[in-house]
Amino acid sequence: MMDVIIIGGGVSGCAAARELSRYKGNILVIDKEEDVCCGTTKANSAIVHAGFDAPAGSRMAALNVTGSRMMPDLAKELDFAYRQCGSLVVCLSEEDRPALEKLLENGRANGVEGLRIIGREELRALEPNIADEAVAALWAPTGGIVCPFGLTYAFAENAAKNGVQFQFDTEVQRIERMDGGWRLWTNRGPLEARCVVNAAGVHADELHNQVSADTMTIVPRRGDYFLLDHAAGEHVHHTIFQLPGKYGKGVLVTPTVHGNLLIGPTATDIDNKEDTATTAAELDEVRAKAGLAVKDLPLRQTITSFAGLRAHELRHEFFIEEAAPGFVDCAGIESPGLSASPAIGVEVARLVQNILHLEENPDFDPRRQGILDPKALPFAERAALIQENPAYGQIICRCETVTEGEIVDAIHRVPGARSLDGVKRRTRAGMGRCQAGFCSPRVLEILARELGVPQEEITKCGGQSRLIVGTNKDSL
Amino acid sequence: MKSMDLVILGGGPAGLAAAIAARKAGIQDLIILERDRELGGILNQCIHSGFGLHTFKEELTGPEYAARFADEALALGIPYKLNTMVLDLSADRVVTAVNRTDGLFQLQAKAVVLAMGCRERPRGALNIPGTRPAGIYTAGTAQRLVNMEGFLPGRRVVILGSGDIGLIMARRMTLEGAKVLCVAELMPYSGGLKRNIVQCLDDFGIPLKLSHTVVDIEGKERVTGVTIARVENGKPVPGTEEHFDCDTLLLSCGLLPENELSRSAGIALSPVTGGPLVDESLQTSLPGVFAAGNVLHVHDLVDYVSEEAAAAGRHAAACILGGTAQGEDEALPVTARHGVRYTVPATVHPARLDGSLTLRLRVDNVYRNKTLAVYAGQDCLWRRKRPVLAPGEMETIVIKGAALDKLPGCSGLTVTLEEV
Repeated sequence: MMDVIIIGGGVSGCAAARELSRYKGNILVIDKEEDVCCGTTKANSAIVHAGFDAPAGSRMAALNVTGSRMMPDLAKELDFAYRQCGSLVVCLSEEDRPALEKLLENGRANGVEGLRIIGREELRALEPNIADEAVAALWAPTGGIVCPFGLTYAFAENAAKNGVQFQFDTEVQRIERMDGGWRLWTNRGPLEARCVVNAAGVHADELHNQVSADTMTIVPRRGDYFLLDHAAGEHVHHTIFQLPGKYGKGVLVTPTVHGNLLIGPTATDIDNKEDTATTAAELDEVRAKAGLAVKDLPLRQTITSFAGLRAHELRHEFFIEEAAPGFVDCAGIESPGLSASPAIGVEVARLVQNILHLEENPDFDPRRQGILDPKALPFAERAALIQENPAYGQIICRCETVTEGEIVDAIHRVPGARSLDGVKRRTRAGMGRCQAGFCSPRVLEILARELGVPQEEITKCGGQSRLIVGTNKDSL
Repeated sequence: MKSMDLVILGGGPAGLAAAIAARKAGIQDLIILERDRELGGILNQCIHSGFGLHTFKEELTGPEYAARFADEALALGIPYKLNTMVLDLSADRVVTAVNRTDGLFQLQAKAVVLAMGCRERPRGALNIPGTRPAGIYTAGTAQRLVNMEGFLPGRRVVILGSGDIGLIMARRMTLEGAKVLCVAELMPYSGGLKRNIVQCLDDFGIPLKLSHTVVDIEGKERVTGVTIARVENGKPVPGTEEHFDCDTLLLSCGLLPENELSRSAGIALSPVTGGPLVDESLQTSLPGVFAAGNVLHVHDLVDYVSEEAAAAGRHAAACILGGTAQGEDEALPVTARHGVRYTVPATVHPARLDGSLTLRLRVDNVYRNKTLAVYAGQDCLWRRKRPVLAPGEMETIVIKGAALDKLPGCSGLTVTLEEV
């Protein structure tokens, strides 16, 4: 029997795993996909909210502000891409100004530092491309941007380094109470644990409702986004939100830590928890709304569009509590879940520790080194690195300048990349303007070589997502 | 840092032709930097025939055409580096590149020829809604998998876009045992060569659906189907949807000159072609930097790439040897009008012409029985009747002799379509 099984390898589950790895215990993270970071965590706004938005007094607000405060130090400790670029909530009409004041008040009540309302002139100085209609904005210097993949892999790798195990392609079908813990029936047989953490994202309600009469309902709330090329990355310098008001809720426009521009999301409640298809209507909506707060958006520089699902619980709150003895929920983690994730991990670990009273892990190492990016090195160091390991001199992804060395590193990490998307999220190979057109045959080759399997078995994202279906003329 | 006379960025057809011409014009100290595993560029995956009809008066395959140039470059002893990625080009022509054996290195060039080619427009740039499963490839990626690796990327295929690579891949996939269900084209005309529509679609009974686009992609892990619909005024028409069960969607929706290096060097680019703005010597806004081939503007036939790149190589050589005037003489603008989308070059220095001026262009729609004309101010320099002009086919105009005497002092050149 395991001490802890965490169901779900999203950012919350991985953050919890990392915090729990401070203790001695058999800890296992399971996910129904082939990797961590495959659900809500992989498709969102990639921002760290300062914390002015969530209702004062809510758990959401408290964890958001704490998570956001933890982020700068954590980024150094775990070596992931994070930048405190600051955020602006733009008010587009004088009649909406009271709502802006209210947001400021709420943010101050939440304990967000440095908030203030700035006028037209200051706003324009900060963001020359802001819409002419903008009259004022709420400036939040502690707002930031983060790579959600990088953050999640950092948590997961550090957890693995400190003894946490990972098991993929494992879907929980049924949970039952057993002596001293829980039995999880999965597609790969039963698993047992003294304590279960339910971090199953949009599916967390299905697990929760098997163990608690106090039911929970998670509605997947889909959001469509556009990602623009580096050429558009400097169009804005801060995360730009629209103040909900006269023109509706609006969408955000933000730079990303990798120099792209991200625009979105819509918010459509849907029935199907796996439906991450974009729709023409929602993409049109993003296009129409994005231009309200930011002018001259170079949408022609779009390199991809995508949709993600937020795990929206009907009561719009995070549920982090012991739902049944030894069953800890980490549910309803919608926005600002990414921002709150460091604090969520701490909170989940505290609850589990209250139950299990595990001994401290004296060998716990809080540090993790990310995948070495030769681009970030000074010329001489980069040259020396290539001399030592020529794979860092072989560019595989032209658009993002990713080397074979980085891809090989990504494959051999724990948990490591096993698919094209796994490599993409870890190294950015295929993330650029050609969207893997040139590099995918090369990445296929490297994956097959390093994993010791034929290229035909390599998938885009696990399951049946094979990239190659056969060889030429094999059906003739 | 090592100094060199000429550094050529790219060893495809443009880079090879430029290098050969520069060597023949007397440049000894030159090098080709190629990012792929061999010389020849994208031609190496174009194993169909039809290359070189103009240049060699015979039908070669892509690799054969490339080999003619690669062999000549080798015979001339032109140095090259493979698997070498150029990371940066600076405004003072320092080329920073990397590979496994030399590591990270820099070359200070007297002249540079940009010959990086182009890339395909990806799905994201087309705003096709739906899921994002495996089985969506650009036609060129599929071509590489099939023709160079021997792998079949799918068995039931819909192709969006009737650019030449899409048409060629419709035939190739069919020959390799896949079923190509249809080719959908957003525009009311094909973006490819007429001969490719006949030889790659008609001969195999593959339907071409003009004014159609993909409006939905289905499948969570692998493509399971796509829906196409008729398009009017740029919008899909409700009720015209047609569903295809398929495991693959190939995209052949346009090529984009690959100018990230040019942009970071501060070279002025054309908003129409996406390539550098060049003068009659194919020199960019950065003195000593020349451009040719698909990095400059997307060509239809490789023969014209070779021809254009040879000119760039000669001009680069002249620049290095001090032959090109780099004076302050005014450049005349070349304006594209009435159906002409763009011209290469975009400016002309009358004083620097050596007896002839080549203009290349594309039109913005299908036109029948029009006259293509070039004016210097009010004076007509050149005029020819054209029975058909199509966006898929590049037009070349060569003006020679006395007509060029009208250039000095005129306000600029205009290239236009006129009624016959």
